[in-house]
Amino acid sequence: MISKKVVLRFPEEIAEKPLVSDICKKFDLTFNIMRANIFPRKEGILTLEISGEDDSFYKGIQYLKDNGVSISFVEESINRDESKCYHCGFCVAVCPTEALTITDRKTMRVDLFKDKCIACGYCVKVCPVKAMSLPEEF
Amino acid sequence: MSVFKVNKTIEEINDKIKRGEAVVVNAEEMIDIVKKEGVIEAAKKVDVVTTGTFGTMCSSGALLNFGHTAPKIKAAKVWLNDVEAYGSLAAVDLYIGASAVKKGDPLNAVHPGRFEYGGGHVIEDLIARKPVRLVAEGYGTDCYPAKRIEMEIFIDDLREATLLNPRNAYQNYSVATNSTDKTIYTYMGVLKPHFANATYSSAGQLSPLLNDPFYLTIGIGTRIFLGGGVGYVIWHGTQHNPNEERNERGVPKTGAGALAVVGDMKQMNADFIKGASILGYGVSLSVGIGIPIPVLNEEIAFFTSVSDEEIDAYIFDYGHDYPLKIDNNYGLTNYKELKSGFITINGKKVPTAPLSSYSGAMKIAETLKQWILDKKFFLTKPSAPLPQSKDYEPLKYLKKYEKNL
Repeated sequence: MISKKVVLRFPEEIAEKPLVSDICKKFDLTFNIMRANIFPRKEGILTLEISGEDDSFYKGIQYLKDNGVSISFVEESINRDESKCYHCGFCVAVCPTEALTITDRKTMRVDLFKDKCIACGYCVKVCPVKAMSLPEEF
Repeated sequence: MSVFKVNKTIEEINDKIKRGEAVVVNAEEMIDIVKKEGVIEAAKKVDVVTTGTFGTMCSSGALLNFGHTAPKIKAAKVWLNDVEAYGSLAAVDLYIGASAVKKGDPLNAVHPGRFEYGGGHVIEDLIARKPVRLVAEGYGTDCYPAKRIEMEIFIDDLREATLLNPRNAYQNYSVATNSTDKTIYTYMGVLKPHFANATYSSAGQLSPLLNDPFYLTIGIGTRIFLGGGVGYVIWHGTQHNPNEERNERGVPKTGAGALAVVGDMKQMNADFIKGASILGYGVSLSVGIGIPIPVLNEEIAFFTSVSDEEIDAYIFDYGHDYPLKIDNNYGLTNYKELKSGFITINGKKVPTAPLSSYSGAMKIAETLKQWILDKKFFLTKPSAPLPQSKDYEPLKYLKKYEKNL
């Protein structure tokens, strides 16, 4: 069993194909939508959490790629520059999924749990010292 | 005849530091020492308690002298990396405020603005020994004929680079929340609607003025850790108010005291001074400050043993009351609750987030401790006190506290 958050980018040419529905039927995967956007040039971005058996998961991902969807994994995308972060906590106030949270209440250091991140970008905007970043495609 | 059972002087403590015999602990460690050994034994044993705070502190800035150019200029207007500084001091003196924004910044035209670069960042860049572009304009005089200069400056080329902060190290601070139905972007961070979160900004039990609530040891002339270098307290901070409401330990429940500080930027380290971009609000500077407190008697031991649960703070609505200056609050909480991650407002469990770095404050308190142990840093006796509280009498709070035990 595997479950990962992915950002799918659909170029205009394939925006009307029901590709996500296809992977559910063909590979027995389930998904949970976290964010969806359509841009003026009809390009679409969809952030999903996809779950299923390991083998099916990667087949599904390959199917999307073969059909022209570009894919990035959220947990590999969010980045914290440890030399800049000074553990102030501004990000903790806005992170909707507790990917940025404080677990050790003695030291009060801010933890980053990449597997919980949905790449919403709130922390990137709010970090006063610009320690948080996401690649441009987010 | 002293009212105290333990009586030490700054000179005696400095002698112990010189001999390598001083006992130095941080303000978090002091809590347990006093709990286990009592105030008398703790006062005998511990010589210095180090404190620290590392948060965003507006009312900061840098006083620079860039030296005379050929031909000379009487700089009336000055920009550093396109951030305007105040030039009307002399010919080549300038003051750059932490909250000045870069020329052409869209500000809050598209709300919330990002405020990518400003005075705080110029100060950080100088301390990080990065080049900064200086543009100055003058009207031209017989002695200072140049009307415009452009040059690159580095901190080490400046005659003087002095951090000069009119208000830092606020004694305590408000807890911020938002009652309205829209998200607001404040200097207390992003506050979600309907009391969905709350933020606070103090190092609590580690914070300098919370460990010396009546300014008995911290005064004008006190030597401190400032931004990684050595600095001094030069005055009370603007808005210093010693007569705010205090709890049974004498600790104020809101802002109260503050310090004006000064220090040589050339000694500082960008790990402890950071330009800050606050979403929807503006630019500021995060300043690391550490202050040593000499344990002169059992009352100082008592004050420095304050713990998070003994420091109260009022909760204010930054969505409605605060901007309209309406005198209203949502009750008191304390730093133990705030640091637990949740407080209660109107019977509702509200998640909290800090804005001031506790781990940074601890790093500062530990660094200062090490400086003292290494005999690199000695304590000072203030040359004059800060404005004092009318509530203070020697031993009043310690006796009250012991009675309640």
